[in-house]
Amino acid sequence: MGILPDEIERIVNAALVAELTVVNAKGRPVTHPMIPLYDGSKLWFHSSILFSKKLAHIRANPKVAVSITDPRAVTADPFHRVTIQGDARVIDDDVHRGWEPAVLQLWIDKEPIIKDFYAKRVALPLFWERALIEVTPRRAILWENGRTDLPPTVFELEAVAS
Amino acid sequence: MSQATATFPPDLERSFSHAVLSWVGDDGYPMSVASRFAVKNERVVLHEIGEVVSPPSGRDVNVIFSHIRPRPGEGYDERRYISAWGRLRRAGGTVEFTSTGSYHWDEKETPFFQYSELTVPQAHRFLGELSERRGETVKPKLAAGWLFLRATRLPFLTATAVPVFLGVAAAARRGPFRPGLALLTLLAACFIHLGLNVANDVFDDASGADEANTRPTQFSGGSRVIQYGLVSRKAMALMAAGFYAAGIGIGLYLAATSGFWALFWLGVVGVFISIAYTAPPLRLVHRGIGEVVVALGFGPIVTLGAFYVQAQRYTWEALYASLPVALLIALVLYLNEIPDRTADAVAGKRTLPVRWSKPGVLRGYALAVAATYGLIVGGVASGVMPVPALTALVTIPMAIGVYKGAREAYDDPYALMPAMAKNIQLHLATGMLLVLGFVASTAAHHLADDVPRLLR
Repeated sequence: MGILPDEIERIVNAALVAELTVVNAKGRPVTHPMIPLYDGSKLWFHSSILFSKKLAHIRANPKVAVSITDPRAVTADPFHRVTIQGDARVIDDDVHRGWEPAVLQLWIDKEPIIKDFYAKRVALPLFWERALIEVTPRRAILWENGRTDLPPTVFELEAVAS
Repeated sequence: MSQATATFPPDLERSFSHAVLSWVGDDGYPMSVASRFAVKNERVVLHEIGEVVSPPSGRDVNVIFSHIRPRPGEGYDERRYISAWGRLRRAGGTVEFTSTGSYHWDEKETPFFQYSELTVPQAHRFLGELSERRGETVKPKLAAGWLFLRATRLPFLTATAVPVFLGVAAAARRGPFRPGLALLTLLAACFIHLGLNVANDVFDDASGADEANTRPTQFSGGSRVIQYGLVSRKAMALMAAGFYAAGIGIGLYLAATSGFWALFWLGVVGVFISIAYTAPPLRLVHRGIGEVVVALGFGPIVTLGAFYVQAQRYTWEALYASLPVALLIALVLYLNEIPDRTADAVAGKRTLPVRWSKPGVLRGYALAVAATYGLIVGGVASGVMPVPALTALVTIPMAIGVYKGAREAYDDPYALMPAMAKNIQLHLATGMLLVLGFVASTAAHHLADDVPRLLR
C-alpha cells in the first residue's frame, strides 16, 4: 500500500491525463495538462525542456496541486475526481538521461507507445531532454463519482509523508 | 498557440466537457476543482462550484479546458486545450468566470512537431539558466551514432548510390567491370554528398533560412543540429571540410588512375556546384536554379564520373541513361521544397515552389515524371538502354501515388511526409530497376552469344 488512500491510488494509476497547477511569479495559478506517474510514495511528472516554464515556477514556489478530472482519461471504475496538494521539487541534474531511472518504466507501463517513440529520439531530440518534477503529496481530496458539488473526503497525508 | 485573448471560441461548450478551476488558497497551495460549465455573455458559468469549496473573490484564478483525449496504448488524439486566467464572481447559486487573457494549443492548427519547433528558444533559455546555476555549460546531447546520422542526413545517400551504380552498370555493359574502382567511386561520391549536406546546413544557418523554418520535417528544413545546439556551426563546417577532403582525395586518386584531366574537370564541376548550391556569393539555390543544379550533380555528373572510372571514356549512352535519374532526384528536392517554401521565400531562396502556385507545382511534377518514363521508353526504343530497363516502368503507380499525396497534403507539411518518403523511394526503386536492367543485359551477354532480343 502506498502513501495515497486506495481509491485515490487506483485513479492516479489509471489516469492518462491530469492537471498540474503551479504558482507563477505573480502568485497566479497556472495549470498544465500532464501525465501523472506514481511510485507508491511520490507523484512524478516530467517535462521536456521545450515546455519548461513550469519548472521555473516550481523552483520559485514548490506548492502545487494535481487534479484528475476527465473520465475519458481514467479507466478505473467507479470514476472519482481527485485533487492532491503537495510540495514539488525539480530534478534537472542530468536532463539527458537523468530522468529515466525514476519514470521511464512507469511512463512506458502507462503509455506503451512511448517505447517506440523513445527508440526514435533522434527524430525530436530536444523533446527527450527532460527534467523531473517530484511531488510529495500533503493532502488528497476525493470527489466521489466525480461530484464536485458535494462535500469531498479529505485525507491529510502530512504524517504519512514525513 | 499562445496568445493573449479574453474571449472564448464560439464552440467552447461543444469542444470541452468540463472546466478545471484553480486558485491559490490561504495556505499557499493551489486548489483545483472540476465543473460543468456554460458560456453566457462571454462569461463562463461554472455549475458545480457551489458552497462546498470557496474560491476566493478578487484573486486571480486559472480555468483550463482540456481535451487531451487518450487512446490507451496508442497515445492521444484531438489534443487541444485553453488555459485562461481571470476573476470569479458569485451570482446566485453559481460562479461566473471572466477571462482577462488566455493561451491555447490545438494540434489541428499547430501540429505537435511544429509546436515543438516553436518552443526551441524556450529550451535554449532553460539550458542557459541551467548553465548559469551550475557554472558550466549544459548542452543537449544525442548518442554519437544518431548524431552522425542526423547531422549528415546519411539516409539520403541513396541519391548518390543510384547514379554511381548506374554509371558502373552502363560501363559494364560495354566493357570490363572493375569492382575496386567502383567501390572507390562510390566512396568519393558519398563523401562529397555528405560534405554537401553538412555544408548546406552551415550556410542555411548563416543565412537564417533554417531558423526561419518553423515547420521542418524529416525530409525538409535541414538536419537542424545547429538550431538545436547539438553541434556548433564551426564543428559542422569542419565536418563538411573533412568530408570534402576525403571525397576530393579519393577523386584525385581515381583521376590519376584514369588519365586525370577528363575526370578531374568533371569532379571540379561537381564539387563546385555542391558548395555553390547554398554558399555565397553564388548561392545557386537562391537564384532559382537549385533544382537544375541538383539534377546535374546527382544525374549526369555522378553517372558520367562512375562510367568514366570504369570505361576511361565518356559516351552519349551513359549521359542519356543518367537523365531519368536526374529528373527523379530533382523531383525529390522539388517535393521537399514544398513545405519549406514560406521559410525559403523569407530567406530569399527562389525555389520553384516559392515561385509557382500550387497548380503550377503539381503540373510541373506530373510533367517531369512523364518525361522520366518517356526517356526510359525512348532510350529502350532507340537501343541506348537495354530492354530490361523497361521494368522501371512498374514504378509508375508509385509516381501517381506521390502526385496524389502531394496534391492532397500540399499545405500540410506533416501530412505531406508520406508523399515525400514515397518520392524518395520512387527515385531509389526506378533508379535501381534501371541499374538491374543494365546488369541483366550484361549478364545475358556473358552467358550466351546469341542474346534473346528481350535482354539486349
